[in-house]
Amino acid sequence: MKTDVLIIGAGLMGASTALHLAMRGCQCIVIDKASPGRHASGSNAGGLRQLNRDPAEIPLTVEAARMWQNIESLVDSDCDARFTGQLRVAENQSDMDKLEQRAALLRSMGYQHEEMIGKQALYQLVPALSPHCVGGLICRHDGYARPYHALTAFRRKAESLGVVFHPCTEAYHIEQTGEDWQLHTSKGDFSSNILVNCAGAWAGQLADLLNEPVPLTPKALMLMVTERLPHFVDPVMGAASRKLSFKQMQNGTLIIGGALVAKLDFELEKTQIDWLQLANSAKTVIDFFPQLSNVRIIRAWAGIEGFLPDAIPVISASQTAKNAYHAFGFSAHGFQLSPVVGRILSQLILDGQSELPIEPFNISRFAQKKS
Amino acid sequence: MDNHYQLLIIGAGPAGLAAATTASRLGVSCALLDEQPEPGGQIYRSIESVSGQRAQTLGSEYLRGKQLAKAFRDCDAAYFPETQVWSLNNQRQVGILHKEESKIITADQILVASGAMERPVPFPGWTLPGVMQAGAGQILFKSAGMIPDDGVVLAGSGPLLLLLAWQYMHAGVEIKAILDVTPLSNHLLALPKLPKALLAHQYLSKGLAYQKELRRAGVKTKIGVSSLQANGEEYLESVSYNHFSRQQTIETDVLLTHFGVIPHIWLTQSAGCHHIWDKHQQCWRPQHDEWGKTSIDGILVAGDGAGINGARSAEHAGRLAGLQAVYALRVITRQERDEQAVNDRKWMLDDRHIRPFLEAYFAIPDEILATPDNHTIICRCEEVTAGEIRNAVKNGHGDSNQVKFLTRCGMGPCQGRQCANAVAHIVADAGGAPVSDQSHFRGRPPVTPLTLAQLASLSEADTQ
Amino acid sequence: MFKQFSDSTTNTIEVVLNGQAIQVTQGISVAAMILAQGLRFNRTTPVSNSKYAPFCMMGVCYDCLMVIDGKPNQRACSIRVKQGMKIDTQQGVGPALRTSVGG
Ligand SMILES: Cc1cc2nc3c(=O)[nH]c(=O)nc-3n(C[C@H](O)[C@H](O)[C@H](O)COP(=O)(O)OP(=O)(O)OC[C@H]3O[C@@H](n4cnc5c(N)ncnc54)[C@H](O)[C@@H]3O)c2cc1C
Ligand code: FES
Repeated sequence: MKTDVLIIGAGLMGASTALHLAMRGCQCIVIDKASPGRHASGSNAGGLRQLNRDPAEIPLTVEAARMWQNIESLVDSDCDARFTGQLRVAENQSDMDKLEQRAALLRSMGYQHEEMIGKQALYQLVPALSPHCVGGLICRHDGYARPYHALTAFRRKAESLGVVFHPCTEAYHIEQTGEDWQLHTSKGDFSSNILVNCAGAWAGQLADLLNEPVPLTPKALMLMVTERLPHFVDPVMGAASRKLSFKQMQNGTLIIGGALVAKLDFELEKTQIDWLQLANSAKTVIDFFPQLSNVRIIRAWAGIEGFLPDAIPVISASQTAKNAYHAFGFSAHGFQLSPVVGRILSQLILDGQSELPIEPFNISRFAQKKS
Repeated sequence: MDNHYQLLIIGAGPAGLAAATTASRLGVSCALLDEQPEPGGQIYRSIESVSGQRAQTLGSEYLRGKQLAKAFRDCDAAYFPETQVWSLNNQRQVGILHKEESKIITADQILVASGAMERPVPFPGWTLPGVMQAGAGQILFKSAGMIPDDGVVLAGSGPLLLLLAWQYMHAGVEIKAILDVTPLSNHLLALPKLPKALLAHQYLSKGLAYQKELRRAGVKTKIGVSSLQANGEEYLESVSYNHFSRQQTIETDVLLTHFGVIPHIWLTQSAGCHHIWDKHQQCWRPQHDEWGKTSIDGILVAGDGAGINGARSAEHAGRLAGLQAVYALRVITRQERDEQAVNDRKWMLDDRHIRPFLEAYFAIPDEILATPDNHTIICRCEEVTAGEIRNAVKNGHGDSNQVKFLTRCGMGPCQGRQCANAVAHIVADAGGAPVSDQSHFRGRPPVTPLTLAQLASLSEADTQ
Repeated sequence: MFKQFSDSTTNTIEVVLNGQAIQVTQGISVAAMILAQGLRFNRTTPVSNSKYAPFCMMGVCYDCLMVIDGKPNQRACSIRVKQGMKIDTQQGVGPALRTSVGG
């Protein structure tokens, strides 16, 4: 099969890139070894968070937040996005100092979206919170969406513009003849002018094939979800100095996470829940919300995501091959960025440059480590 | 409770009881866990406390459980009733909840004897109060001495339907009708398997005797029934069905349905044991050998949780698995294992003769499994309809797990137990992934819901 | 719908069902008890507000969820009645969660 752009990985990054390219008239094929959204993009926590991002990501996350506010105009679905704010709670003065410093940093960069609030405002916002907290840092335009619904909306919109998705199609060999790419997959051969690596936790293997190895580590992040509960909290909750991350979805369930890592057999793609970590997480939740003690966990799972040592992604043209591009290594915070990443890649591919500053995400930052 | 046992057995039905008794008599440190307050499992539920008269009504097969329970009580195995197992992994770590405290314990050998559940088969109106599974009727009878007071309609297919009718008849319940949905063509398809089945004739003769007695008592059995439907505004008011192209309705406030039973595989699935789709039994079951060994070292299965073979067979399989565990622990030799297993293996072999006939005779027709009309609720917890599932498939969500992600079917508190089978069939029928070893929902622990406080009570020491 | 078979033990205990103190047979499950009391449903569903009653009686279906001693989402078929137990029909997701005083 022949196409302009061949994208490996039908997660959000792959789907968003395909959509943006198709909007500009490009012909795209997206292949995936599993099904769309099978990994990180379908199993993540759905957080739309600008709060507390690495400074390098701020221009991107702010633009992405704008895109999410208007997501329906992009993908014809609101992806169940809700903008209830994200909050980091301070439990004592040293937490408050830490959050103050963060807010000051943002102000010095000319951004206003992270805002300090005092005790009174905090309890007005979250009356259910245990009384011991003292304040917090909030980003009011943050929120959450439903990941698999978002992925589906991106895919369907891309399909309506002519993009073809091939599930159960694993890329195992890549060749470049002249400037064109030949891809051998479990479902036959593909060729294209442009190749895009959006292979999530597996992207390191493709980077290897392009002779630009990256220190990408696959990890399985755990989440647990409760039964449906009466509505009791609006913002997505985090804490200044503890592993807390949870949100109450529209349907009443709570999604609880916070960088909890499961055991992973990457070869077999098998994950194993680490109950001890989840037990600690349960304790933390109860510390902040004692009334949740008797709430039941219905499911826990782990989603496989690629992590880079500096915890910011690679979004860049290949440094070793012409007509190849990468977007991976989102280190557990790519969901929110996905609309803008697709646009950036489409610009890199079609215009040779992006309107947003993406130098920090260049894959060359790992090249110099080679001896 | 200790943190480690040589052999840990989950489930105190006939398989678990027989295994525990066998292994502990051979000197193995062994613990048996069950969520029920008494030993017996589903079939011999309340066997130790049931009154004499009720026990008589339940029949001689039921009383067999008394000996099993007694032998178990007399052995040295530790017994933990009212204990829930909420996780099992391939490292043989078992998450349990006992007296509100969660704990993770380990064992060298683990036998999962978690038994069967009724095969959930959606039909219009099956969520109305008053519609229950036949097993529920039996449990009410066995453990609470309760029977329908204003008559009952029994519907579906399979031996349990007949047994329950017989038990109810003896308890003086008015049986308004037995609606048998077994297609008449099954009789023909099963016929070639009959000669072999006659080798295990006790089943057939018992079934025939029940039928005769019911007929004599004037109970109406309609065979070849289709289009079963429960009607009512808020509660069940009537049952309608099609019988030889005629639409019929019976007024009733209780409808008990039965479509056979399937293995309860949530634990073996969460451990990662390989499961296969057994097309004869129309269910998934863990792959295992004749000793009950699964694809994971040190995890064994026995009884209906390993595949549906009934209570007698479960007892024998339990003993075989018990012997295998003791052998794996090097307490007996391979030869000793084989010598002690002779009778049980022979019994299992003989019993196998009847199965192909029963399976073919009671096979549930695909049109019942796969094509409930679009309005029928498939996922009872999240109230997802067949139409929503078909729509999802049409929009490119080609397997059960994608359909689940999109529609939330299987995401409620029952964790997909009531809809996994139907969803796989509807997805396949709508052009998605075929029903296969892989088409089950991926297991998501905990196997039973756990409160945050119960989870939080898990401490470092427990996992050492 | 259901009645107790004549042989049943007559030992009774007191429970409070939807605010009313009643005498019930000892040793049976909460689900059996409510059926014996003629209660036709134990909860309404969070999705469509439909009435649900026990379906499997063996802990598999979770249709029998009730508020027992103040705790919502308890499987009535798997819990036995106890002297003084408070049992309530569950409406949807159950009673509102307490919010702490905060401030
Ligand atoms: C538990 C968890 C919680 C998270 N929570 C949040 C959150 O709240 N907010 C947030 O912003 N982010 C969150 N994230 C991160 C976010 O999900 C990811 O950053 C984002 O989805 C990455 O998208 P992707 O397309 O790069 O990767 P994926 O969705 O993993 O897609 C990569 C795809 O490539 C396919 N593939 C790989 N190799 C090949 C090959 N050789 N041939 C063919 N196909 C191949 C894979 O099958 C896969 O489908 C979370 C992640 C996890 C795991
Ligand atoms: S009735 Fe099914 S779980 Fe209680």
